[in-house]
Amino acid sequence: MSLTETTPQTHAADSLFRRNLAMFAANRLAMASAVVVVLFVVMAIFAPWIAPHDPNETDLFRRLQPPGWAPGGEWAYLLGCDALGRDILSRIIYGARISIFIGLAVIVVATMIGILAGLASGYLRGWVDVVISRIVDILLGFPYLIFAIGLMAMMGPGLWNIILALAYKEWVIPARVVRGETLATRELEYVEAARALGASRWHIMLREILPNILSPVIVVSTIRMAHVIILEASLSFLGLGVQPPTASWGSMVADGRAFILEAWWVSTFPGLAILLLVLAINVASQGLRDAFDPRFAE
Amino acid sequence: MSLGKLLERILQLVPVLLGVSLIVFVMMALTPGDPVQIMIGDQSITPEQEAELRRGLGLDRPLVERFFVFIGNAVQFDFGTSFYHRRPVGEVIAERLPATIELSLVALIVALVTAIPLGVLAAIKKNSIFDRLATVGSLLGVSLPGFWFGILLLMLFAVHLQILPVSGRIGFSSEVPTVTGFLLIDTLLAGNLRAFGDACRHILLPAITLGLPMTAILMRVTRTSMLEVLRQDYVTFADAKGLSRRRVLFRHALKNALIPTVSVAAIETGSLLGGNMIVETVFGWPGLGRLVVESIFLRNYPLVQAAVLFYAVTYVLLNFVADILYTVLNPRVKL
Repeated sequence: MSLTETTPQTHAADSLFRRNLAMFAANRLAMASAVVVVLFVVMAIFAPWIAPHDPNETDLFRRLQPPGWAPGGEWAYLLGCDALGRDILSRIIYGARISIFIGLAVIVVATMIGILAGLASGYLRGWVDVVISRIVDILLGFPYLIFAIGLMAMMGPGLWNIILALAYKEWVIPARVVRGETLATRELEYVEAARALGASRWHIMLREILPNILSPVIVVSTIRMAHVIILEASLSFLGLGVQPPTASWGSMVADGRAFILEAWWVSTFPGLAILLLVLAINVASQGLRDAFDPRFAE
Repeated sequence: MSLGKLLERILQLVPVLLGVSLIVFVMMALTPGDPVQIMIGDQSITPEQEAELRRGLGLDRPLVERFFVFIGNAVQFDFGTSFYHRRPVGEVIAERLPATIELSLVALIVALVTAIPLGVLAAIKKNSIFDRLATVGSLLGVSLPGFWFGILLLMLFAVHLQILPVSGRIGFSSEVPTVTGFLLIDTLLAGNLRAFGDACRHILLPAITLGLPMTAILMRVTRTSMLEVLRQDYVTFADAKGLSRRRVLFRHALKNALIPTVSVAAIETGSLLGGNMIVETVFGWPGLGRLVVESIFLRNYPLVQAAVLFYAVTYVLLNFVADILYTVLNPRVKL
């Protein structure tokens, strides 16, 4: 049998995946939350077509204009305008791009690094495990936000720098999960069989072990995405995130802080957008966790 | 736990602390911008004076040597001079630290006092409306961005209802002599109850904001561990003996159910450190977190470096205490 052929193990994993997916689909709250997440993603992708106005277009005549339903408001500017007269709804729609892009980019980069490090650490053991585990211990020694703030102070604000600052520490989470799962899997018969057939280390790690430990990694990564979105918003709130005039939810909340006496809407709506997205991701990822990892199902 | 095991765990801390210090040092060494130029600012000095300043700061030495000097100085709490304050960094940090510790401790108390009863009640009334509300509440608690929640609280209680102050630690008219730096204690030491009340009013909203995510997490942990304990044989036995429900719950079940809660609380206290920067910025709280954020924008790197190192070392030590506490409280777990 060639090592690249589909093995019964892969078939079993495939049917288990489908069963878990069906279990997730049966959880109505989790599905509804997943739909909300998808709507946010669609909103981010099609922002130029959905947004009613240019998010950076200033109009001082509309400075701090109230929401459409409030006295002094206009329905064309549904959620009102900020201190520079920019349409808040359009900025929220464009801001979704930043939050979702950074959240996804950080999780993808961190998960890829975490998978490679965790596989190497758990499968190769020895000095590789010692070195990776020590690096993980050291990075876990930093409170996340403080580590990111330190890095942002060093690298300066900007989109790619935020992704790097958050991914530098984020990879340790999937790395620990993958290491633990690999340690448990490396002694199973099918891995022994692949070794006996003369498969290379990389083949065993990537083709035999990885497909069978991917579920918990996906679940953990989804849960972490909500956390990353809040961290990005926190950095932007502190002025260390994406720089003006680019719309980002965290900086929009910060902009409105100076006007809470007279214009509650400037801070409230962007914050509500963060809450909705993060809540939807959290509920959906809990549903994923319950379906894919029965240890957590109550 | 044996003394040998404890010593072994303490020794394991050394490479982690060294690694953390190395990362902080490298972070700041690679930061763009020459510290000497930042210090000089707009002043005009001769190249000789500049070289002298560079020598004085040790910046003319190789990077490896500078790292060991940095570690040697850090052990003696010598972190150099704050460019902005023109005073030793350690002194500036020490001034701001009590405000941050006080806020973190009050947030911890708020979280524990709210989370434990709610978690226990949710477990006792499993699947009831209260339990479902508690679940929704805890989900909201971990999903709410702290800075936004803080602003909402400000809008409601400080702006609309005008019953709590907008920012600061105490009103000008209530200031008391500094003894410990913890205003809740200093006002009591001064015997000034009005000032104590004022300090309580100032700390309430920041503490609730900082403690909210922790409350949500601790509530879930308490609920889960209480449910687990209630399924144990010894609880069934205590029930069968005819003990009152209250006695079974609070004397037998709660004691064991709180073990994970205490351990998670110790770990989560470390995460309060990160939240401090946000909450102190929102509420104008004059603590270390706000100082760090201000220092980043002032490019006051010695202070940022010292504060990040301080936070990281505290975080490592808190996690260590959490580990030990868990082992001490739960003898079945071995280090």
